[in-house]
Amino acid sequence: MTQLWDFSGGVHPPENKQQSTRRPIRMAGIPDRLILPLQQHIGEPAEVIVNIGDRVLKGQKIADVKAGMGVPVHASTSGMVEAIEHRAVPHPSGMSDWCVVIKPDGEDQWCERKPVSDYRKLDREQVLGMIRDAGIAGMGGAGFPTDIKLRPPRDRKVETLILNGAECEPYITADDMTMREHASEVVAGLKIMAWILRPSRCVIGIEDNKPEAILAMRDAVQGTQIEIAVIPTKYPSGGEKQLIQILTGLEVPSGGIPADIGVMCQNVGTAMAVSRAIFEATPLISRVVTITGEAVRDAGTFEVLIGTPVSELLTAAGLETGKLDRLVLGGPMMGYTLTTDTIPVVKTANCVIAATSEELPAPPPEQPCIRCSQCAEACPMELLPQQLFWYAKAAEFEKAEHLNLFDCIECGACSYVCPSSIPLVQYYRYAKGEIRQQRAEQLKSDRARERFEARQARLEREQQEKEARRKERAKAAAEAQAKKQAEAEEAAAQGEAVDDRAAKAALVQQALERKKAKASTKAESAPEQPLTDTREQPDIESLEKQLMQAEAKLSTMQGMLEEAKAQQADNVDKLERAVAKNHDRVERARQALTEARQQSTPETETPSPE
Amino acid sequence: MALVQQSSPHAHRARPTSRVMLWVILAALPGLLAQTLFFGWGNLINVVWCIALALASEAAILKLRNKPVAFFLKDNTAAVTGLLLGLSLPQFAPWWVSGVAVITAIIVAKQLYGGLGSNPFNPAMVGYALVLVSFPVAMTTNWAQAATLWGGAPGFGETLTTIFSASQTAVDGWTMATPLDEYKHKIATHTAAEVLQHPTFGDQVARGWEWVNLAFLAGGILLIGLKIISWHIPVAFLAAMAIMSLAFGNNVDQYAPLQLHLLAGGTMLGAFFIATDPVSAATSHQGKLIYGAGIGILIYLIRTWGNYPDAVAFSVLLMNFAVPFIDHYTPPRTYGHHKARRGLPGRNGG
Repeated sequence: MTQLWDFSGGVHPPENKQQSTRRPIRMAGIPDRLILPLQQHIGEPAEVIVNIGDRVLKGQKIADVKAGMGVPVHASTSGMVEAIEHRAVPHPSGMSDWCVVIKPDGEDQWCERKPVSDYRKLDREQVLGMIRDAGIAGMGGAGFPTDIKLRPPRDRKVETLILNGAECEPYITADDMTMREHASEVVAGLKIMAWILRPSRCVIGIEDNKPEAILAMRDAVQGTQIEIAVIPTKYPSGGEKQLIQILTGLEVPSGGIPADIGVMCQNVGTAMAVSRAIFEATPLISRVVTITGEAVRDAGTFEVLIGTPVSELLTAAGLETGKLDRLVLGGPMMGYTLTTDTIPVVKTANCVIAATSEELPAPPPEQPCIRCSQCAEACPMELLPQQLFWYAKAAEFEKAEHLNLFDCIECGACSYVCPSSIPLVQYYRYAKGEIRQQRAEQLKSDRARERFEARQARLEREQQEKEARRKERAKAAAEAQAKKQAEAEEAAAQGEAVDDRAAKAALVQQALERKKAKASTKAESAPEQPLTDTREQPDIESLEKQLMQAEAKLSTMQGMLEEAKAQQADNVDKLERAVAKNHDRVERARQALTEARQQSTPETETPSPE
Repeated sequence: MALVQQSSPHAHRARPTSRVMLWVILAALPGLLAQTLFFGWGNLINVVWCIALALASEAAILKLRNKPVAFFLKDNTAAVTGLLLGLSLPQFAPWWVSGVAVITAIIVAKQLYGGLGSNPFNPAMVGYALVLVSFPVAMTTNWAQAATLWGGAPGFGETLTTIFSASQTAVDGWTMATPLDEYKHKIATHTAAEVLQHPTFGDQVARGWEWVNLAFLAGGILLIGLKIISWHIPVAFLAAMAIMSLAFGNNVDQYAPLQLHLLAGGTMLGAFFIATDPVSAATSHQGKLIYGAGIGILIYLIRTWGNYPDAVAFSVLLMNFAVPFIDHYTPPRTYGHHKARRGLPGRNGG
């Protein structure tokens, strides 16, 4: 008799399992269309390796993950790739994602397969590779790639391998029926995993509400050292952490993984998939799904090709459309509602509940919390749900985190018992989401600050290096520097000495004088000559000359300034001022020239300087 | 096809607050029955009057606060408050004394603090304590003498007119000091044997009172069996009281004996129905043990060395003060953690 421990809390919701266990597992058959999402596992989405119009065979790889964590996706039957597009996929948000749509040809023609009869002759890595290539990801719900899970960290030895056949959630019977009908395959898969991990103990945990499954599994483990542990029915005994506690008395450390305490859990369906992957070379292209609820006449379990739309299964189970109120994927405690029945069955889908409004009624309006602590009594993680609820509601996330919000497994036991029908789990999801977002933003701003600080440090360092270089150069070329500086100062002084206003006035004055003089001589010597053409010429010429001189000076000064700047000379400021002044002067000279030219055209004799 | 979109869980246990409160009321009925059988109609009349007034004042204040009246009245919490006051007030307490208690409980202690779930103090006990300190005479001289319905208790009509009349002339003939009061005041000058001669003690522990307390104990066990209350508060309450009595008052010629503490006064009503009010009690198991034990200790201290013969109201209110503090320091250890995170973030155990 296996020693069992209890976990704290837990609830006993109505099981509702008998409806779907009355008949054996049925084959759901080949649907009109297969919709195969590229991401049915945790990790990177798989990349499509077929094209629209390709003919694919049953079991052929159609998408694979080249880098990173993930598993491939296979065609569940033979047919033609009809589309590669966004389709609604199973997700609580009702989102769409990339899917390969296959139009089956009805021939169900297999690709080439290479089954292995004795895996013990192979290398463990080879077997793990086969598991990966078969596209196996945890079928209990999370979809973690099984080959990666079977490679625990090097410093963690798995002492206890647990096969999770608890199936504690109401309505779901997929694992129960799998164990009843495929016990030998399940055990064979478990043996393969045990061979890979070499644990000292191998135990299958089954809730005591599945007597047929227990019998079948007991038969299948005859002659092996595998234990069958019959555990009391209590939700959520099938939660990984709770099952580990029940079977080993150990607790998975907060934030850790079961391998940290030498334990690993695998799901019943996963074990069967592993067995098929090795002995039949069949990738994960089908799974057992429970179709139940009061809106179907003929509830039961089906072996379903991955990618089959839920609508096909509902039809197979005799859906009474008028009664259907809510479609739940998964169980009534942790499953999520579907927005449409076109959603395909994926590797992690274990149950579809077509519920009537009487069966799963809308919760009554939320009432105030009366602090009755029923939630704390029910919590399998020993949290304080009501305090977490206050803090989530008041957005006091720090306090919620302090009370271990992130240890919540969202099993729904607290909401289930709440007499005030407070949607507690929703509050926790909200708080977790807010905290995650805050953390992401904090990380972002931390990174921005780090970048800014790094830049500041770099600029300062460059400045210091520059300073050091300058000092060195100044020392090495002290004489040259001094000389240049002197020159520069002289130039600057010159530049400064000339007052621009006076300069302009002087220029204009000069021009006027010259003009007058010329006009008088010209008038005397050649009165017959037309005045306009000749008399202005020399004036403009001289102005142009002055402009050119000023421009030349400006460019010299600018050159000096550039040089001084490059050498970090002390007279940069002075030179800059001088350049600016020279620049002004050039501008004014140019203006004067233009004015002079304009005034030369009209008949008026006297040009006004303004 | 319009499918309902809802967040998990989709299944809910059908036991709303209204039903929880209804169970509390049902579980108190054996106690009420015992009170009526052994002390006459007084408690029953009080209970009906207090519940009616509680519902009326709850409705009025909800209307004033612009809250949905029917929605909140249906939760049965106001009825429970009225019931508890009716069960704990003296049988012949005049109508206005119970009226003040009920109105204070509902309007001040419950609704002015924000209504259901927001009151830091047990509403019924706030009302009780208020009338106890305001009208000490009415609250100590109106306890019915133990007289069964079939042997000596005043009739229904007489009781009704006594409670609702302005003058209470007839009441003296039907009342008697309570066992706890009698023992407390006589033991200083008499021996235990002499004190116990008084008819209020009867043949066993305390005439009538013992049956009332046992009936409330039975109701309380029913509530624990139904998981409506947890065992922590009542067990800690009674255990602490017993330990105090055995440790400090083991001399019957000086202090009331343990059986009197357990089976007289409001002990069982307090332990199973009043101290377990979830809104104003501590929440974790450890917290409940501390809270319940605190009440048991305080009741013993006040009964033995204080001025009042009984002390459930004061003890519960004093421990209500301590609840936020207790809650901060008694969170359970979460799965996968080495120890509980006590106190506030960033301080102890953070």
